[in-house]
Amino acid sequence: MTTATLRNPQDFITCPDTGQNINKPVIALAKAHIFTAVVYLLAGGALGLLVALTRWPAIHLLPSELFYIALTGHGAAVLLFWCHIFEVGVAYYFCTSPINARLATPKIAWFSFWLMVVGSAMGTVMVLLGQATVMFSAYPPLKAHPLFYLGVILFAVGALIPMFIILATLIKAKNERTYEGSMPLATFGTLIYAIIAIFTWVMGAVIFIPTLLWSMGLISNIDPQMYRLVFWALAHSTQQVNICMHITIWYSLAAILFGARPLNEKVSRMAFVLYLFALQLGSVHHLLSDPGSSFTWRTFNTSYAGYLAVLGSLIHGLTVPGGIELAQRRRGLNNGLFEWLRKAPWGNPVFSGFFMSVVFFGFLGGITGVTMSNQQINMIIHNTAYVPGHFHGTVATGTTLAFMAFSFWFVPFITRTKLAAPKLANMSVWLFGMGMSVFAVFFMAAGHLGAPRRHWDITFADAALKFDFSATVHMLTTVAEIGAAIGGVGALFFIISILGTFMGKKVADGVSVVPQLAEPAGVVAARLHGGTEPHIKGLEVPGSLVLCMLLLTFLVVYYFAQFKYMATIWGIH
Amino acid sequence: MSYTSIQPIPQRHWWRMRVGPDEKIWITVAYAWCLVMLVWMVGWYFVGNQNQAGEAFRVTVDGFVDKMDQMIEQHQLTDASGELMAEGDSEIPVVQVPVGGDIFLAARQFEWPVIPVLELGKEYTFHLSSADVNHGFSLLPINVNLQLMPGYDYVLRFTPNKTGIYRFVCNEYCGLGHHLMAGKLYVIDTANNIVLDGKGGITGGGA
Repeated sequence: MTTATLRNPQDFITCPDTGQNINKPVIALAKAHIFTAVVYLLAGGALGLLVALTRWPAIHLLPSELFYIALTGHGAAVLLFWCHIFEVGVAYYFCTSPINARLATPKIAWFSFWLMVVGSAMGTVMVLLGQATVMFSAYPPLKAHPLFYLGVILFAVGALIPMFIILATLIKAKNERTYEGSMPLATFGTLIYAIIAIFTWVMGAVIFIPTLLWSMGLISNIDPQMYRLVFWALAHSTQQVNICMHITIWYSLAAILFGARPLNEKVSRMAFVLYLFALQLGSVHHLLSDPGSSFTWRTFNTSYAGYLAVLGSLIHGLTVPGGIELAQRRRGLNNGLFEWLRKAPWGNPVFSGFFMSVVFFGFLGGITGVTMSNQQINMIIHNTAYVPGHFHGTVATGTTLAFMAFSFWFVPFITRTKLAAPKLANMSVWLFGMGMSVFAVFFMAAGHLGAPRRHWDITFADAALKFDFSATVHMLTTVAEIGAAIGGVGALFFIISILGTFMGKKVADGVSVVPQLAEPAGVVAARLHGGTEPHIKGLEVPGSLVLCMLLLTFLVVYYFAQFKYMATIWGIH
Repeated sequence: MSYTSIQPIPQRHWWRMRVGPDEKIWITVAYAWCLVMLVWMVGWYFVGNQNQAGEAFRVTVDGFVDKMDQMIEQHQLTDASGELMAEGDSEIPVVQVPVGGDIFLAARQFEWPVIPVLELGKEYTFHLSSADVNHGFSLLPINVNLQLMPGYDYVLRFTPNKTGIYRFVCNEYCGLGHHLMAGKLYVIDTANNIVLDGKGGITGGGA
């Protein structure tokens, strides 16, 4: 990468492999955040495995109270702590290195890091002590210990402050003219991420501060519907924040591995802007089967003001693989529809994890998310096993898999240490991606048959009125939990490799730990074609377009299949 | 053109760069589908037979539970020997309100306190609420799922279209006994002699 003008060179280290300049405080901050995040993935993953081994009917490992404790802890540790601590570390990199900027106020960044650590630890400990067995969502009037709410508040504040640091960094870089032209797409995605995250964490304060006061007896009542409205403005949004960051990571990995750029800057940036304006409305997906809101209000919000955010995601769905396809075709892999994909580096976990993340997020998380956010269909999936099935499609096989793939490049890059246990690393993305997709698909199937979420015993062995689900439901649950266990092994391999890398020795000068950044596709094309970039006529990325059309076909069929079933049940008005 | 997604864009006028045919096709097709979904969702509200938007009212928990108790008192069924019908260890009352009547159901930790009996093809007004914390109303096997909250009366009109024994399951975590909450509902068809058998089942119809 060329670095024309580097102001304040004493504040930077230049990566000998990639030539990228990294602001010194960013290195330490990124290391601390990612290490902590991976520890939470380990804790949350272990709890998740216990949950899986309990819902696996033949094993039914934990007693009921421990199961609900493990489930609460699993949700908090991975949905909140793993994803969001990781993201802050990566965001500091994206808002500095690509534009040669220095991070604004590193001291405050450290302060907010420790706030996140203290808050998340406090919340986790209260859950593990059995003082907050209220699930991650903690709907009042179920009440937890005040320190649980305080922990979440401290974490939210700790996650909020970095967003202002990111904004300040970008403003400072602009003023200091650290870069020429427009900011890179990765940095732009990070900017959108920061703005959405500000809304998100402010909602966290709005809902958890009164809830804390209520748990201390200072407020008499928290309206349960109001709580669910504001809580999901926090919690759904935290996942939208994840999406913003993992899509930013997708674009970056396409650049790092293939020298890709988006097909068109304007289109990809507009897709992010659609997120900025419409993504948060999706919080209402959680309230579609609640009392207390009108059809019109539900329609406006659940459709993201006319499916604008869905359009944004569908655009990324074309332009991310499209960017790779175009770059590969310019490298000469131009035969047929899919040579560019067949001859991609599938043996490299950075690529295989990344591409699986794109496919699974679209086919498992995306299709099902769009379908279940239909107002009426929501009624036949709300709170069933379908819901965790869906969000493991988004958060596990989408976000987490993207973060794993990125870590295999990023952690050696910031630690100057060779990736530990590369074979485990390679297997980890396949085991996690495949295992978690099996879990998602089969748990959703069980949900279609009515299996409830957050449930210790769907055989109702101790219930006053006897009831049991069909053998099919138990079979589907079993397969799902086998998938979850395999995914857990994959996550463990990832953790071993990354923590091993953190513990490893720095390589000597002159030894390479990460591959060089791929040359920009335009440069390659110009070299191959004698000095000028060829003007491609007709379709530029037919393979990606075919994949997208396949996704759309699945979505259309699946969407109407739900209505076909729903039309057969009771009249409900 | 020599930059990537992690490098600043050198061109000043990237905003005016041509949008390729692939993206134009995809954006058009994708957004057309989005609009189909929007129109379909709104259309289903007016034409479709399943819409849970319903009505809701703020109520007091005590007031709502009183209404449920009154309903039980007035409409609990009696068996052939004149005994009040109830099922399970906790003697959950079997209740049949007149056709078209109102059914009050306040879920509570950790049971469904009413076993409603409905006539096939008749519309009933359900008032769904909770006596304590959030509960999930999951009506099986048709898999209709609603959120119940204390202080809210969620009013929905149900028209059963098949006789049989239905089940409620709680699918919102409501406390450490969450997994104990299995309830029951009967749909009978008196005109065709599909009625309660008095032993927890129905005659004539399937289970």
